[in-house]
Amino acid sequence: MFAWTLRMAWRDSRHSRRRLFLYLSSIIMGVAALVSVRSFGNSLLEAVDEQAKVLLGADLSIRSRTPFDDDDESLLLEIGGNQSRQTSFSSMAYFPDQNGTRLVQVRALEGGFPYYGNLETVPPEAARSFREGPFALVDNTLMLQFQAQVGDPVKLGSYTFRIAGRLSRIPGESVAFSEFAPRIYIPFSFLDETGLIQVGSRVRYTAFIQFEPGYDTENLVEEIEPRLKELELSSDTVQERREGFQRELSNLNNFLSLVGFVALILGGIGVASSIHLYVRQRVETIAILRCIGASPLQSLGIYLVQASIMGLTGSLAGTALGLLVQRLIPAVLAGLIPLEVENSISWDAVAEGLLVGLGAALLFAAIPLLPVRRISPLLALRREYESTGKRSWDYLVLAAYMALGAALLVFSLLHAPTWMVGIGFFGALLLVFGSLFAVAKLAMTLIRRHFPSSWRYEWRQGLANLYRPHNQTIVLMLAVGLGTFFIVTLYLTQQSLLREVELVGSEGRPNLVFFDVQTDQRQGIVDLLQAKGLPIIQDVPIVTMRIKSIGGRAVEELKEDPEYGGARWALSREYRCTYRGQLDATETVIAGNFEGSFVEGSVPVSVEEGIAERLNLAIGDQLEFDVQGVPVEALVGSIRTVAWRSFQPNFFIVFPTGILEEAPQFAVLVTRTDSASDSAMIQRDVITGYPNVSAIDLSMVVQTVESILDRLTFVIRFMALFSIVTGLVVLTGAIVSGRYQRMKESVLLRTLGASRTQIRRIFFIEYFFLGALAASTGILLSLVGSWALTRFVFESQFVLEPIVTLGVLLGVVALTIGIGFANSRGILDQPPLAVLRAEE
Amino acid sequence: MILHTEQLGKTFSSGDRELSVLSAISFDVKQGSSVSIVGPSGSGKTTLLGLCAGLDRPTQGRIVLNGQDLGTLSEEGLARLRNQHVGFVFQSFQLIPTLTAIENVMVPGELHGATDIGTRAADFLQKVGLGDRFDHYPTQLSGGEQQRVALARAFINRPLILFADEPTGNLDAETSEKVEELLFDLNRENGTTLVLVTHNLDLAAKTERIISLKAGRIVADSPTHSVLGSPA
Ligand SMILES: Nc1ncnc2c1ncn2[C@@H]1O[C@H](COP(=O)(O)OP(=O)(O)OP(=O)(O)O)[C@@H](O)[C@H]1O
Ligand SMILES: [Mg+2]
Repeated sequence: MFAWTLRMAWRDSRHSRRRLFLYLSSIIMGVAALVSVRSFGNSLLEAVDEQAKVLLGADLSIRSRTPFDDDDESLLLEIGGNQSRQTSFSSMAYFPDQNGTRLVQVRALEGGFPYYGNLETVPPEAARSFREGPFALVDNTLMLQFQAQVGDPVKLGSYTFRIAGRLSRIPGESVAFSEFAPRIYIPFSFLDETGLIQVGSRVRYTAFIQFEPGYDTENLVEEIEPRLKELELSSDTVQERREGFQRELSNLNNFLSLVGFVALILGGIGVASSIHLYVRQRVETIAILRCIGASPLQSLGIYLVQASIMGLTGSLAGTALGLLVQRLIPAVLAGLIPLEVENSISWDAVAEGLLVGLGAALLFAAIPLLPVRRISPLLALRREYESTGKRSWDYLVLAAYMALGAALLVFSLLHAPTWMVGIGFFGALLLVFGSLFAVAKLAMTLIRRHFPSSWRYEWRQGLANLYRPHNQTIVLMLAVGLGTFFIVTLYLTQQSLLREVELVGSEGRPNLVFFDVQTDQRQGIVDLLQAKGLPIIQDVPIVTMRIKSIGGRAVEELKEDPEYGGARWALSREYRCTYRGQLDATETVIAGNFEGSFVEGSVPVSVEEGIAERLNLAIGDQLEFDVQGVPVEALVGSIRTVAWRSFQPNFFIVFPTGILEEAPQFAVLVTRTDSASDSAMIQRDVITGYPNVSAIDLSMVVQTVESILDRLTFVIRFMALFSIVTGLVVLTGAIVSGRYQRMKESVLLRTLGASRTQIRRIFFIEYFFLGALAASTGILLSLVGSWALTRFVFESQFVLEPIVTLGVLLGVVALTIGIGFANSRGILDQPPLAVLRAEE
Repeated sequence: MILHTEQLGKTFSSGDRELSVLSAISFDVKQGSSVSIVGPSGSGKTTLLGLCAGLDRPTQGRIVLNGQDLGTLSEEGLARLRNQHVGFVFQSFQLIPTLTAIENVMVPGELHGATDIGTRAADFLQKVGLGDRFDHYPTQLSGGEQQRVALARAFINRPLILFADEPTGNLDAETSEKVEELLFDLNRENGTTLVLVTHNLDLAAKTERIISLKAGRIVADSPTHSVLGSPA
């Protein structure tokens, strides 16, 4: 009997294949989005697996914040293997030929690192040869910024290196983030010549170790763990690196899948609505079949088979497209992923795509299809009475809705990093789709209730089309509204974030920061700035110290105490503190009182809220600091919040005046320059006189943040594109489905004497209202959405862009009218007879 | 007895109003006989036909078709019963628009699971004079041709009983005549019982018995010759 169902399904689709194809194409994009992301993601994970050693460049790395001392060295000696050392720190680089300076990360390298993989350089041999003389490898970003060439000089501290090659890729590090801190490699043997390593510089010392193949690194690390801890060394193994990367990459992957998933849902709604109309046109056929003896299930079966074949074909096409799109993803993610990916087809992803695509098509199709069971054979005898009288609830349809909801929830949960995010995503989905749906419903009711009956005929007819039987207002609303929502939300969020960064560089605000200024250099630099007429906007002293004890208990003791409620890293870190008599504008005291000057007894310090929590501190707690060998007794006088995003020196702990003045310290000086060339000039002057001082030009930071934000939004836009295309397909599908209805109407109207222009005007007005309603709802939702995003997720100021928003509104309305007209083409040219005889 | 009805009643409720369309209908139809149901428009003829064929369920009363109480059958069971023992002819032909003529004729047989259905359908189409129109779709056929296809479809499973609702209502006089002729020929050949709803007294006169409905009740039920015998 199933053979019959198949045969009927085939025959029944005979005249509608083109339409069915259009319907199924609404899920293609969604499946393609999923498959491309998943398949690429799996290739990526595979790459991480294969290249795990390359990610670290060694089998084991051991890091320290202080130079390796004798104890450290003897441990390293015991560990054995091939070893390589790296000393890294931030410093200014000066390009004499181009007369430019920029804060960079200097890495002085000794030995054969990387043992696995290569530093990719142009020319390639530079990766090895720079170690043999006064040469440097310079990050490509930096070379491009200053248009420097291989062979040019670059000055670090008091030594000038020759650029041996440009660095295009470092295994395990992503290119995009090199923009924040471009890297320069120099040979270790020339480190001293720079004179950059001084007391108080933040330096990181790393030993890279390579073992014989087959050596059990994990086991070794487990063995030496206690000693590493005791010596305050941290270690990293290939295994840890791999796990870390895999975690992060699957987060990225899952996030992109969720964005792609929206396209699938929209496509599913498109399928549901097309099938709804399709089935409506089949009511009579189904009634006849029931009359001549087809059972309810057989008649349902015919359309279920059609929907499954549609779903399967759509999923197959989507999968194929997804595998093609997969080739594009490396370009989309360019610079964001830290390793080379060999794009291969992931059969897991293909299976997932087919399953999810077919599942979505069937679940969404089930809702309009299940009522087919209940079509009465009586309709073959007489159709008009069917709609009267209430029908009881169809529990299967209810179940289908619940299954659909459950499937969406499960998918969200599976692909979200935490279940909270999953539920949030699901909730946001419901909210957006629900609001669009509700607005469509509301608009239909309102228009009907307050119908402007005094308007011109064409306007009334166009408006009435929004709620007449067979209308598709709701699907069109969803398709157009969701697309608009996506575009505008992405845009507004990105702009708000950018605006905040740009504000920093605006009129009157400080934009150039000098730090690591030693006490004996301070006056010289201040004089230099003043000689150029530059203001000293801030002059902040910084004293480094460690915590010795809290509440009378030594830090060492606390670290061992399992009862201790704070974080251990917070106990052992170095604190850079300042002292001053008042709070900054960016700070707010939330407990205790800020005291600006110290007289006697314990020093009242102000602790930032977050670190107070990490250290488990409350007002009045005793603290003992080790200020470079000198003990200082303090107590928590106040707890305050800090607006960290403001680009200025912020501190965990602020001391009052009257205690640290004589301690060894350095300073941060903040000024403002009015042009990029002034900024470059003063930086160069300061750096030449004081090579250890670093400068950050905030306009540089703004550019960097912009460029990274651009990359990220590009990725999200790329994924959102799938939803937007789906929206267009659904829109087209809906308009095509309504085509026959329109044709009949327009023939009728023409027979009754309407002119073509009038009919065209009616169409125009209808699409105008639809587009305007959908786009404005989408925009309204996106205003709420991007406001909430910037406000609560990014904790930043929301910026409205009225002109662009209005532009999107007009654009979407024009597009809706355009697509509407493109698909209504030919309707007006149909001779009436053709319509009366037509099938669909 | 092929069809037995007992105190049938049908009430429709639209909104909160109740509309009684049929009441106290009882009659029997003998195997192989032919019956017309006549009556003014709105008297409940189509409703009654729908009940007898198991397309709808009565509000009161009982229907037994070919020995089976329709009230005890599920939708599935009713469908099977219709497929095996019941044929239909409708006023508006009701061919399936997406199927060709021959496919329309084949469907009941296919549903039945019959094997040689293709040749049988072809035979029937030949018999109704459409041997050269197998692959035409309904829209490519005239009304009379469509009704002939419908006749072939109605008889393909050799039903015990055939229900026809105004089979010639949409046809001109000449075509009607041909279709009527075919209907009665096929009926005789296959020994089918015929239940026919019509306004057309000439057509009714060709059946053995006439049941008259008025406002949902049987007002007369007698053999044809006696009805026609009495002066109208
Ligand atoms: N589903 C329904 N809901 C409400 N009323 C109905 C329904 N079906 C039929 N009726 C009413 O029942 C009455 C009988 O209808 P029916 O179609 O059986 O009449 P008929 O005798 O076949 O008429 P005609 O000769 O015009 O075909 C009519 O008044 C009709 O309005
Ligand atoms: Mg009738």
